[in-house]
Amino acid sequence: MNELPQQLVNGLLLGSMYGLVALGYTMVYGIVQLINFAHGEIFMTGAFGALTVYVYILPDGTSMLIALPLMLIGAMIISTTVAVGAERFAYRPLRGGPRLAPLITAIGLSLALQQAVWAWYPEAKSARTFPSIPGGPFEIGTVTIQTGDVFVLCAAPLSMAILGYFVMRTRTGRGMQATAQDPDTAKLMGVNTDRIIVVAFALGAIFAAVGGVAYGLKYGQIDFRMGFILGLKAFTAAVLGGIGNIYGAMLGGLVLGIAEALSTAYISDIPGMQQFGSQSWANVWAFVLLILVLLFRPQGLLGERVADRA
Amino acid sequence: MTALLEVEDLKVAYGKIQAVKGISFKVEAGEVVTLIGTNGAGKTTTLRTLSGLLKPVGGQIKFNGKSLKKIPAHEIVSHGLAHSPEGRHIFPRMTIEDNLRLGAFLRNDKAGIDKDIQRSYDLFPILGERRKQAAGTLSGGEQQMLAMGRALMSQPKLLMLDEPSMGLSPIMMQKIMATIAELKAQGTTILLVEQNAQAALSLADHGHVMEVGNIVLSGSGHDLLHDESVRKAYLGVD
Repeated sequence: MNELPQQLVNGLLLGSMYGLVALGYTMVYGIVQLINFAHGEIFMTGAFGALTVYVYILPDGTSMLIALPLMLIGAMIISTTVAVGAERFAYRPLRGGPRLAPLITAIGLSLALQQAVWAWYPEAKSARTFPSIPGGPFEIGTVTIQTGDVFVLCAAPLSMAILGYFVMRTRTGRGMQATAQDPDTAKLMGVNTDRIIVVAFALGAIFAAVGGVAYGLKYGQIDFRMGFILGLKAFTAAVLGGIGNIYGAMLGGLVLGIAEALSTAYISDIPGMQQFGSQSWANVWAFVLLILVLLFRPQGLLGERVADRA
Repeated sequence: MTALLEVEDLKVAYGKIQAVKGISFKVEAGEVVTLIGTNGAGKTTTLRTLSGLLKPVGGQIKFNGKSLKKIPAHEIVSHGLAHSPEGRHIFPRMTIEDNLRLGAFLRNDKAGIDKDIQRSYDLFPILGERRKQAAGTLSGGEQQMLAMGRALMSQPKLLMLDEPSMGLSPIMMQKIMATIAELKAQGTTILLVEQNAQAALSLADHGHVMEVGNIVLSGSGHDLLHDESVRKAYLGVD
C-alpha cells in the first residue's frame, strides 16, 4: 500500500488536466446551456498550435524555458480563434432556435475539426511527437513526478486562481455571473450578453489550450483524436462537479483523475476482479463513479438545485 | 414641451399574434403613470418593449427626445430607463449587496454607488440587515424590495415597475405601495404596471386601462378610481 501516495499524485496530475478542459464545458453551459461537444477539439487544436510554434516558428534547439511560454501563447491563440469562430459562425446563428440544433452542430463541428487537422496539418495522420522538458524526474519521498507533469501541477491551480479572481472581482466577471443566472435581467442591468458569451467561449478555450500543452508534455505525443476521449472525460468532470460551477469543474476533474488512478492501481488486487483493473477499464470506472454520484446528487458535487426562484 | 417618455401607436407581436395593437401614452417627468388591466392585456409586453427586450413591429418610442427603437436592450439602462421586471428576477445565487451592485453595472463612481447602496438600505432596512445573504433566500416581498432597489441603482430618469405587488401578502403589498409613494414624493418618475388597480390608481397621476392590446380608457388616477366601468371591471365594486 506504500504506492498510495504515488497513485494519488498520478490522479491529481491527470485530474488537473481534466479540470482545465472541464472549465470550458462548464462556463459555456453555465452561460448558454449548450454542451459544446467541440470543446475537446478546441483542446486538441490548442496542442497543435503549441506544436506549430515549436516545430515551424522557433529555431531548432530553442531552450524549453523560452519555447514553453511561446508555445502556450500559440496554443491559446489557435484555441481561442477556433472557439470564438465556432461561436460566431456556428452557434450564434442558431441561438433562439430549438436546443437540439446547436447540440448537433457541436457534434458536427467536433468531427469537422478532427478531419481538418487530419487532412491539413503536416504529417498529422499519425501521432506527432511533442517536445519534452529536459531533466530527470523529481523524487519527493516515495513519490516520483515526471518533469512534464510539473507544468500541469503549476498551471492548474494558477489558472483556477486567475479565473476565480476574474469571475468574482471584475466587471465582466460579474456580468458573466448575472448572465448565467438570468440573461434577460442581465441585459436590463446593462450587461452586453452577446459579448459575455464570446468571453465565456474565449476563456474556456484559453484553459483548454493550457490543458492541451499539459497533455503534450505528459504523453510526449499528440494526435487529431486526442480531444475525443479527453473531452468526454472533461465533460464528465464538469457534470460530476456540478455543471455551471467553475470550482465544481476543477473538483470534478480531480475526483475523476484520482478515481481512475486508484482503479488501475487497486482493482486488480481484489480477488476475482483481476481483469477489471487495466487502463482501458479505468474509463469504465470513471463513468461508474459519475453514475453513482448522480444517483445521490443529481446536481453534481457543487451544483445547486435550480428551484430557488420565488 | 415634450414629455420624458412618449409612446406612439406602439405595436408588438409574438409571431402572428399581436399583443400590443397600437397604444399611445406619455409620461411627464415627476409623474407616476400606471397601466392597469387583466392578465394578457399587454402591459408587461409594453414594458419589455420599452426596455428593448422585445422589438416593436410598429410605432414610436421617444425617451428624452430620442428614439429607443433601434437601441439594444443592454444599452437602454444607460439612457436612464430602469426596469424592475415582473416576477422580480433577482439574481438568486448572488448576495443582496451584489444584486444592488449589478444595478449599477455601468456606473464608475464608486463612492456614489456605495452611497446609493446605503440609500437602498435606508429605504428597505431588511435588505441592509441581510446584505451578505444570497438573494434567493429572501421572501417574495423582500425580493420585490431588492428588485426595486436594484433598478434604482442605475439612477434612472424613469423607473418602470412591473407588478410589484404580485403574489405578496396584504401587509407586504401595503409596504411596497408605501415605498412607491415615498419614491414619488422624492420626485422619482415612475411607470407602474399593476393588476391591483385600486392601489395603483390611488398613487398615480395618470392611468391607462388596457384590454387585449389596446388602451381603452385613460384619465387621471382619481377620475379612473371613481369611473363606473373601471369600478365594475377592475375594482370588484357593483
